[in-house]
Amino acid sequence: MSIKKVTQHPSQNEGLIFERSQTGRVGYRLPRLDVDETPIDEIVPAELRRDDELEGVPEVSEVDVIRHFTRISTWNYSIDLGMYPLGSCTMKYNSRLNEKVARIGGFTGLHPLAPEEESQGALELMYRLQEDLADITGLPGVSLQPAAGAQGEMTGVMLIRAFLDQRDGEASRDRRVMLIPDSAHGTNPASAALAGFTVKTVRSNSKGLTDMDHLRELCDQGGVAGLMLTNPNTVGIFETNIREICDVIHGAGGLVYMDGANMNALVGVARPGDMGVDVIHLNLHKTFSTPHGGGGPGCGPCCCTEELAEFLPVPRIEKAGDRYRLNYDLPNSIGRVKAFFGNFGMMIRALSYIYTHGADGLKEATETAVLNARYVANELKDTFHMPYESDCMHEAIFSHKHQTRKGVHTLDIAKRLIDYGFHPPTIYFPLVVEGAMLIEPTESVGRADLDAFVEAMKDIDREAQEDPQLVIDAPHSTRIGRLDEAAAARKPVLRWQPDMEATAKSAS
Amino acid sequence: MLASIGLSSEQELFRSIPEDVRLGRELNITDPLAEPEVIAAMEEMAAKNTAATKPSFLGAGVYSHYSPTIVDHLIQRSEFFTSYTPYQPEISQGTLQYIFEFQTLICQLTGMEVANASMYDGSTAMAEAYVMAQRVTRRDRIVVARSVHPEYREVARTYTQHGDAKIVEVDFDEKTGALSDTSTLDDQTAALVVQSPNFFGCIEDLKSLAEAAHAVGALFVVVVTEAISMGLLKSPGSCGADIVVGEGQSFGIPMSFGGPHVGIFATQNKFVRQMPGRLCGVAYDKNGNRGFTLTLSTREQHIRREKATSNICTNQGLIALAATIYMEAMGKKGLKEVAEQNAQKAAYAKRKISASVGYSIPFSAPTFNEFVVRGSGSAVETLEKLRGNGIIGGLALSKYYIDRPDEFLVCVTETASRSNIDKFVDSLNCDR
Repeated sequence: MSIKKVTQHPSQNEGLIFERSQTGRVGYRLPRLDVDETPIDEIVPAELRRDDELEGVPEVSEVDVIRHFTRISTWNYSIDLGMYPLGSCTMKYNSRLNEKVARIGGFTGLHPLAPEEESQGALELMYRLQEDLADITGLPGVSLQPAAGAQGEMTGVMLIRAFLDQRDGEASRDRRVMLIPDSAHGTNPASAALAGFTVKTVRSNSKGLTDMDHLRELCDQGGVAGLMLTNPNTVGIFETNIREICDVIHGAGGLVYMDGANMNALVGVARPGDMGVDVIHLNLHKTFSTPHGGGGPGCGPCCCTEELAEFLPVPRIEKAGDRYRLNYDLPNSIGRVKAFFGNFGMMIRALSYIYTHGADGLKEATETAVLNARYVANELKDTFHMPYESDCMHEAIFSHKHQTRKGVHTLDIAKRLIDYGFHPPTIYFPLVVEGAMLIEPTESVGRADLDAFVEAMKDIDREAQEDPQLVIDAPHSTRIGRLDEAAAARKPVLRWQPDMEATAKSAS
Repeated sequence: MLASIGLSSEQELFRSIPEDVRLGRELNITDPLAEPEVIAAMEEMAAKNTAATKPSFLGAGVYSHYSPTIVDHLIQRSEFFTSYTPYQPEISQGTLQYIFEFQTLICQLTGMEVANASMYDGSTAMAEAYVMAQRVTRRDRIVVARSVHPEYREVARTYTQHGDAKIVEVDFDEKTGALSDTSTLDDQTAALVVQSPNFFGCIEDLKSLAEAAHAVGALFVVVVTEAISMGLLKSPGSCGADIVVGEGQSFGIPMSFGGPHVGIFATQNKFVRQMPGRLCGVAYDKNGNRGFTLTLSTREQHIRREKATSNICTNQGLIALAATIYMEAMGKKGLKEVAEQNAQKAAYAKRKISASVGYSIPFSAPTFNEFVVRGSGSAVETLEKLRGNGIIGGLALSKYYIDRPDEFLVCVTETASRSNIDKFVDSLNCDR
C-alpha cells in the first residue's frame, strides 16, 4: 500500500452558534398546551421568575443546527476514519449493533425509580454483565455503579480503606500509605488522595518493571495500606513478578488494587483474581468497546474478592429465584458513588459486545491486540528508540531520542502523523520515559493499516533527519495550525461573549 | 504476521505471563451470538421493563421530556461518538467547539461566569462542590438542606467521608417545604447547599439564603436537578450563587434507567483555578485563526496528581453534546416555552388533586413541575393500586424519608397528556 498524505478537505468555516443566531428562529415544535391555563403569577410569583429573557441563548432553525454540527463534526478525527493508536485508551471499533440495542425503548424509557417488578429486564441485564465481568477478572464481587475509570479507582481504594478500618480498628490510622508506581496514570494518586491516603512512589527498573527491592524497602517502612498497580503496566509490559508483588503487599498487611486500563491485553488469557489482586476497576469504554464519545460517558465497574464484597457501593443487584432485586441493606458499604445505578446505557453496549464475541471471540480479540502491538514494535524498533527490551503486550512504547538531535521532538512527530492521516499515539505519558510515544493499535486494524502506519512513522523519521523544519512546523493539512496554548491559559476565555475575541487576542 | 515477529503460535505472545497465572480454560461466557440473536436477547430483556411504556408521574432527579429528533441523530455521527478526548486540538475542533458552546449555554442559563466541560452527573457534581468550597474557604463545615436529593447527599457523604468535612443536615420548614432556618450557619461554615426546585418540588428563596450564607463568609451552592426549570425561574447566579451544580438530563437525554446523564458545574471567574474538571478556551494559531483548546489543566490530575482539584478524567462528553444540541434547537423561545408548559401542566394536576377528597398538598411554597401529595393512608399502597390501573403514580417519600409514610412525589412534565393526567386523578379518587 502506497502512502499519500491527506490534503485539506473542503469543510466550510463555521462560526459559533451564537454568531449564527437570528431573532425569531426556532428549531423545535412542541404540541399546544392541552390543559386549562393558570395565570403564571399564581404558579410562580414574578420575583422568582427570570426577567433576563435568556440573554445570549441562540435563535436558530432546525436546519441551522443540523448544518452547524455536521460542519464542525468534519473537523474531528475519529475511529471510523482510521487507526487511532492512543496508548492506554484502547480505541477499538464501536459496533453499531451496540448503539442500536442501547436505544431500544424498553431501556431508554425506563425511569430508575420505577418499581423493581417493572424493571426486571434492566436488573437482569446488569446482573448478567456482573456475572461475565466476574468471570473475566476472576473477582466475584462486582459493582457497575462507578461512572468512569477514575471513579472506579476511587471506589476500589475506598474498599481497601473500609476493609482495613474494619480489620484493624483504630490501628488502621497508622496504615495510610498507598504505593503507586512512577509510571501510573495521574488519576491513581488523585483517587488515593480522595480516600484519605498519602502517596509513596515506587520506582520502576531498567526493564520497565516494578523495582522489587524498592517495593520491599517501602513496605519495610511500614504503614502500607496497599498498592495501585496497572498491569500490563503503562509502558505496555506485563509485570512478570505479579504474584510476588501481591505476596509482598499482602505480607505487609496491605491489599492490591489493579488499574484495569490495560485489560485489553488480558481478557480470556489471564485473570487478575488468579494473580493475587484484591480489587480492580474496568473501563467498559476501553476494553468492552463502548464509545469514547469525545471524552465520555464511560463506565468503570469495580470487581473485588469475596472478602471485600461487603464494602461495595449500595445498592447491589441480587438474584432470588428467577427475580432480580436491589439490596440496599449493606451496613458496611462505602456508600453510593453515584445517584441511581451507574451509566446503564454503557452496560447495555458492553453486554452486547460480550454476546457478539463470546468466550472465543474475546480471547481472539486479546490475541490480535497483542499481536498488532508486537508487530508495530518489531517494525519500528530500528527507527525509533525503544526504552525497554521486554516483550510488549497490547501497546508499544518509543521515545524521540533518535530524532531530538535534529531538533525534532515527540510533539512534532505526533503533529506530523496527522498529515499522514493518523491520529497520534499517546504522547509524553508515562512520565518515566522522556518524550514517550505510547502506541496501542488495538485489534480493530488489519495488517495493511499497520503497514501504512509503520511506513508513515519511518517517513517522518526520514523527514526529521533530512528536513526537520517540515516536521517541526506540522501539521500542514489541518484547518488550523498549532494553537498558542500558553496565551490561552494566561487570559482564559471560556465562554462566548460578543466581545470575546478582543479579550482573547489581548493575551498574545 | 506471527512469523514476521518470529513466533509460531498465539500462545507465545503471552510468554511474559507466568504459566501459573494464565487461565487454563475458556471463559464461562456464552458462545458468540449473531446480530439477530443479540437483538432478540436484548429485546427480550427490554420487554420485561414494563414500566417503560406506562404513563408515569415519576421525577425525583430524572425526568421524561421531549427531545427533538435531531439530538439523537447528530450525536450518532462517527466524528462525534468515535473520537477521544480532544488532546490533539488540530483534529478535534468539532468536539472542542461544542464544549465551548456547552460551557457558554450553561453560563447563560445558570447566570454564572464560568462552567466546565461536564461532570458525571448531578450527584457527583454536588460532591465536587463540597470539596471545592472547603478548598476556597479553608473551612470544613458543610450545611446542607434535607430537601436536597437524598441520593445526592449520600454520594457527597461517600466522597467526603475520608476528608475533613463536617456535614450538617438542616430541616426544611414543615409548612412551606422550603428552607427557612439558617441558624446553623457559622464562621466555620464552608458552604450552604440547597436545591431549587428542591426534592419536594418547592422553589427556594435563593436570594435570602444567599445573603445568610454570605453573612458568615460561606459559599452559597445551588443544586438544580430539573434543568428545564431554568427556562422559567430566576437564575441561581442572579440570586447570589457562588457555585451552581446540577443534572442536565432534562436537556434531551433519555432516562435510561439513571444514566448516562450529564453533570453541570458552574462558578464565578474568581474561583476558576479551584474548579474540578476540564475547561475549553479560545486560542489562536500563528496565522491568527481562531480555535479552541483544553486549558488551565494545571488544576487536573494528569499534572497535579494527588494535589489535583479532582480525580475526574473522562467526563460525559457525548451527553454534553446532546444537551448542547437540545439547548440550541430549543433556543431562547423553546427553553422558555417548555418550562412554561411544565409549570402549567403540573399546576393543572396539582389543582385537580388538591380538590380530590382525601388528598392534600402539604407544602405551601410555589412549585415548578413536581409537588408532594399527602393521602390518608400508606402512599406505597396507593401507588400499588394505581399500578393496577396501569399508572406509575410517582414516588413514595418513605423510600428516603421514613417519617413520611403517607406522602408521595408527583412529577408532571410536558410529555404528560391531559387525558393521562385526568386518568391519574380519577384513579386516585377511586382508590380512596
